[in-house]
Amino acid sequence: MSAPAPSMYSPAAKATAEKLGLKMGRANLEAFADTVLSLARADRNVLVVTSDSRGSGKLGPFGQSLPKQIVEVGIAEQNLVGVAAGLASCGKTVFAVSPACFLTARAFEQIKNDVAYSDNPVVLVGISAGVSYGALGTTHHSLHDFAALRAVNNIEIIAPADNAETVAAVRYAAAARCPVYLRFGKSPLYDLPASPAPITQAHVLRDGREVAFLATGETVIHALLAAAHLEESAGLKCRVVSLASVKPLDVAAVLAAARECLAVVTAEEHMVNGGLGEAVGTLLARHGVTARFDLAGIPDEYTVTGSQADIFRHYGLTMEGLAATATALLR
Amino acid sequence: MLSLPQLAQKSLLYRKEVLRRVRQAGAGHTGGSLSCVDILNVLYNRILRITPASRLDPARDRYIQSKGHSVEALFVVLADRGFFAATELDALGQYRSHFVGHPTRQVPGVEQNTGALGHGLPLAVGTAIAGKLDDASYRVFTLLGDGELAEGSNWEGALAGAHYKLDNLTVIIDCNTLQISGRTRDVMNHEPLAEKWSAFGWAVRNVNGHDFNELISALEQPLEPGRPSVVIARTVKGKGVSFMEDVGRWHHGVPSDDEYARAFAELDAALAELEGGAA
Repeated sequence: MSAPAPSMYSPAAKATAEKLGLKMGRANLEAFADTVLSLARADRNVLVVTSDSRGSGKLGPFGQSLPKQIVEVGIAEQNLVGVAAGLASCGKTVFAVSPACFLTARAFEQIKNDVAYSDNPVVLVGISAGVSYGALGTTHHSLHDFAALRAVNNIEIIAPADNAETVAAVRYAAAARCPVYLRFGKSPLYDLPASPAPITQAHVLRDGREVAFLATGETVIHALLAAAHLEESAGLKCRVVSLASVKPLDVAAVLAAARECLAVVTAEEHMVNGGLGEAVGTLLARHGVTARFDLAGIPDEYTVTGSQADIFRHYGLTMEGLAATATALLR
Repeated sequence: MLSLPQLAQKSLLYRKEVLRRVRQAGAGHTGGSLSCVDILNVLYNRILRITPASRLDPARDRYIQSKGHSVEALFVVLADRGFFAATELDALGQYRSHFVGHPTRQVPGVEQNTGALGHGLPLAVGTAIAGKLDDASYRVFTLLGDGELAEGSNWEGALAGAHYKLDNLTVIIDCNTLQISGRTRDVMNHEPLAEKWSAFGWAVRNVNGHDFNELISALEQPLEPGRPSVVIARTVKGKGVSFMEDVGRWHHGVPSDDEYARAFAELDAALAELEGGAA
């Protein structure tokens, strides 16, 4: 694992980011690890539970600083979630940290029953989510987690788009009275323009009336670059909305985007079945809002092999791909 | 705290109430409720430091029923202990009732929503770790079925219980040897059970799960410092009703009018015999 990961950004995308004045931040994973450590230093009831995931969760410093506040269960995700729920039932603020692929599939029944149904407010942290593991293949991808957890009552789903959203999401989840699933990757991300809105609400990063990009998680930056690119290359003014909270959705922001713009494109690092795009499409249909509409995500097929960057490019989740989807809708 | 004769009488009354509630609801896991009711009787009337008033006290003992399908036994015992009025059980299985066919925390005294098997032990491990972190003196108990032991998550929890030296944790196995499709040894053999748990690092005690003395002795203290305890309770499915005892079809089943009358006659005769013996 010594070769640097292929860049998620084409030279043109990097140039666009530079024109927007965006600075490259860190991986959300690192912002998470720092935030949870500072929360735990301030409160000994804040615990991290890991399933041999302290290295991949960047929790080495946490374990060294606060060894009594980290509970290791070994490679046993079902036990991870059950133990976390038991700890939460005793008043602990618990972050259960494991790769999203294993956490939300192997331990799905524990999430459904022990966390959500029993109302034990665990913070489930799905690291290396989506196709972060790239060439490691489908066993390590989590393209089902939004869909699976959207079908579970009493759990919120948050996919932060940058480091600031991650910090806000971790702090929000720690204080939340209900279970929360946080989901992010491990690639460095550009810092986005700051938003005063709480993490549970939409962050409108750029306004416009042509195409609204409704994106979540680590596709948001690519949507922002696509909007800037479309304005520069075609004079189109597009709106970019970060919907970190996939569940519950910011209904007002979604409806406003569809009512005020000519077209809507959703973007997510998830299979198009059951994810953000279907949630948005259903919401619009139920409110009688018609808009030209397309979903960007991973289709229902054997996922193409390659790095995370390759997979994003292949399925049109990069600046160029999202701009092309938007342009096609306006034809 | 109930004496041994009082416990014996209480179990007979619990058995009658379990049958009455199953019949009234028109559904229920009769056999498994009857196999574990003596265990629940001993827990709630002799062992657990929990009352309706302390049910949310952080210092309370915890009981998590992993074999959630034996909910009728749990509800009957909780009602008897005053966690809610027994008349509330009239709503068992009814529209909008929180008395559903598996335990839920909507019912006072229920610690966790169980019913899917293999969940109680990991929950109990987390609860016991919290107790250790807080230097709390509470104990954590969980009741597993023997058929349930085929769920792999139990063995993940068993590893963790020993790894963290959770001597505040006790697993009780209601070893009634029957599950829905037959003898547990034929469906998926888990014997030798004591050796397995011992190899996992647990302190093990085999008891007759219908012998109050043996149950009390195994449960009143952790078996060994520095290790979690497992009490393997050898039980009889359908215990207390002759034609239900050790008969697979009573895994779930509602007695007919005739069966109900015969069961009550047997249990009433046993009660009369107890009273006669006491007189």
